[in-house]
Amino acid sequence: MSATLLIDTDLCSGCESCVSVCPFSALSMADGKPLVNDQCTLCGACAEICPEGAIRVPEAAPAAGPDPAYRGVMIFAEQRLGRVAEVAFELLHKGRELADTLGVTLTAALLGRELDGPARELLRYGADRVYTVDDPRLEGFTDEAYGEALTQIIRSVKPEILLAGATPIGRSFIPKTATQVGTGLTADCTELEIDAEKRLLLQTRPAFGGNIMATITCPQRRPQMATVRPKVLKKGAPSDSPAGEIVPFNLDWSGISGKTRLLEIVEELSEKVRLAEADVIVAGGRGLQEAKHFSLIRELAELLGGAVGASRGAVDSGWIPYAHQVGQTGKTVAPKLYVAIGVSGAVQHLVGMQSAETIVAINSDPQAPIFDVATYGIVGDLFEVVPEMIRQLKAAGG
Amino acid sequence: MHIIVCLKQVPDARQVRLDPETHTLIRQGVESIINPYDLYALEAGLRIRDERGGKVTVLTMGPPQAEDSLREAISYGADEAALLSDRAFAGADTWATSFTLARGVEKLAPFDLILCGKQAVDGDTAQVGPGLAERLGLPYATWVRKIEAVEEDRIRVQRLMDDGYDRLEITLPALLTVVKEINEPRVPSLKGKMRAKTQKIPLYGAADLGADAGQVGLSGSYTQVMRVFAPVRRREREMLQGPVEKQVHDLWVNLKNRQLIPFDVAGSR
Ligand SMILES: Cc1cc2nc3c(=O)[nH]c(=O)nc-3n(C[C@H](O)[C@H](O)[C@H](O)COP(=O)(O)OP(=O)(O)OC[C@H]3O[C@@H](n4cnc5c(N)ncnc54)[C@H](O)[C@@H]3O)c2cc1C
Ligand SMILES: Cc1cc2nc3c(=O)[nH]c(=O)nc-3n(C[C@H](O)[C@H](O)[C@H](O)COP(=O)(O)OP(=O)(O)OC[C@H]3O[C@@H](n4cnc5c(N)ncnc54)[C@H](O)[C@@H]3O)c2cc1C
Repeated sequence: MSATLLIDTDLCSGCESCVSVCPFSALSMADGKPLVNDQCTLCGACAEICPEGAIRVPEAAPAAGPDPAYRGVMIFAEQRLGRVAEVAFELLHKGRELADTLGVTLTAALLGRELDGPARELLRYGADRVYTVDDPRLEGFTDEAYGEALTQIIRSVKPEILLAGATPIGRSFIPKTATQVGTGLTADCTELEIDAEKRLLLQTRPAFGGNIMATITCPQRRPQMATVRPKVLKKGAPSDSPAGEIVPFNLDWSGISGKTRLLEIVEELSEKVRLAEADVIVAGGRGLQEAKHFSLIRELAELLGGAVGASRGAVDSGWIPYAHQVGQTGKTVAPKLYVAIGVSGAVQHLVGMQSAETIVAINSDPQAPIFDVATYGIVGDLFEVVPEMIRQLKAAGG
Repeated sequence: MHIIVCLKQVPDARQVRLDPETHTLIRQGVESIINPYDLYALEAGLRIRDERGGKVTVLTMGPPQAEDSLREAISYGADEAALLSDRAFAGADTWATSFTLARGVEKLAPFDLILCGKQAVDGDTAQVGPGLAERLGLPYATWVRKIEAVEEDRIRVQRLMDDGYDRLEITLPALLTVVKEINEPRVPSLKGKMRAKTQKIPLYGAADLGADAGQVGLSGSYTQVMRVFAPVRRREREMLQGPVEKQVHDLWVNLKNRQLIPFDVAGSR
């Protein structure tokens, strides 16, 4: 049995919208009708756009249906060096909403050392129960120990939904856990909804460098697992009198071989890069013309209490380290405020920052594509505009 | 040492542009290339081979024309290649992809190291590497930015994190996914290009891998793509007008109203 796109040539009007929307160049026209080639990934973009409903994606054979023993929503609460990652609180807020809709409990899994403080914080942000594994072998992150620990917790607690942050840690070990548990996993989601009747999680994510969005489901297996991009979900308000409980979980270490050994954690925080968590980012591009002009960006960032970002143009020119690069091959950020200065707005840059809440673009070229995504645009010479911005801020006491 | 490099053929992102009117993808005449991250994985493999001896085998699952990517990898210096291709593989999610690749790897065993790119620039999931490692019961590290040392039975690497890096030691055989900081890929050699033309590349279909239709492709997948659509660009744009001082002033007032800055910028001069 092989899976191919189903095209009803009688319904087809020959409009070619499918050909132009296909991200994989898999469709062409032959005798006025679409023809599919081997590049097809059955992604369904064509079926979605076809005005005649002439294209269908074959459905996978329905299996037995999900295991009804799985109930509840669980989040993986990431901590590093004793500090709970912000995304864990964002997941709790969303998780609470999902759990209430489904009428189930919200739990969190927390791994590491000395977890009492962090566990209480998770309760304050809405968890009904926090499962902790407090063990020196989990103090630093290894895929092997983390993956195995979360697998054991899932097998014992049996949640129907598991959410984790799409951080370097989450995106690294969650695929191992999903494979061990034997379920599907959706990567780097930016939106989650629930079909309450079917208890189905609708997971929306960007793919193709942000050029297309896909909504993905996992109908047959449990839990439904997703990693979720930091800073796209809102964090809730903490409660002063949380009712939940902390439950130490007994991990069976026998299956953990110790083939991965963490030798050292090296922190490299050149001028507090933490781009991924910054609320304000001021980014410079090739328009700055010289390395020394980056001081303008730094000064403005400092006045706004923000972090410094850069385009690849600026990074490749050697003006600023790669750690600051925003975009497809750099970091994906979603601050409240993103100020792009002398950045043209190439699609590879846009995909890394376009989900910022407010975008300010400063560029001398009114046609620069960065203005397409801007909330506020200033057409002008950055060497006039930025010093004026700094002057006014300082005058205001910034 | 036997090193297997997994590479995926993807549409060339450099040629992908957005239509400024409709904000949809313009992909007319977009060619297929080797996923850019996989070239770094290939280079990492070639360097280990050049230093310690052994061979590099490149492996891909894809449509028949993915063979072009394997031949290109040979021109860079890969010794052998294998293509996993079958109509039944189409529509695979990362679960089914890592299953199929694992069966392919078993055909190529024994091996010491598997290298993957950090992620593919089309699917963008970064899930195949870890999934494949788990299928094969291998230890692994993601986001490798440096290989510090390779020994007979172990490897030491640096893993890139948000706030720095971790140093890890892993027992071989193992799997690594690499980021672009790891190296600067070489260019194809003339000798390699010649060999790429003539080298025989074995092809394995579902039956050769002992896989039933229910384990591969769309039917072997747990996730389903329900809907694909263009991202909405919801922004109301305001181009600020007037002399520079006024534009800057208006900007700060707007940002203040949105509670994005704590200061009151009063005077405009
Ligand atoms: C596979 C791939 C991956 C990539 N990944 C990334 C990525 O992760 N991140 C990224 O940023 N790029 C990435 N790129 C590169 C991207 O395509 C662009 O080349 C890059 O973003 C351009 O950087 P820039 O905007 O600084 O430079 P340019 O495109 O050169 O733009 C400079 C801008 O400055 C303006 N300017 C000049 N002088 C002034 C002045 N005095 N005042 C005001 N404005 C001025 C110009 O009008 C222009 O718009 C990638 C490319 C490829 C092919
Ligand atoms: C719009 C869209 C969204 C999708 N979202 C999901 C999702 O959320 N979850 C999911 O499970 N699947 C998803 N898929 C399916 C997924 O793209 C495919 O399974 C694909 O075969 C592998 O995933 P990737 O491209 O993300 O690769 P990645 O996991 O990003 O690739 C990492 C590395 O694995 C190796 N590799 C990957 N594919 C191959 C291959 N075919 N041959 C050899 N080596 C390879 C390469 O070294 C590569 O650098 C999606 C597909 C589409 C079209």
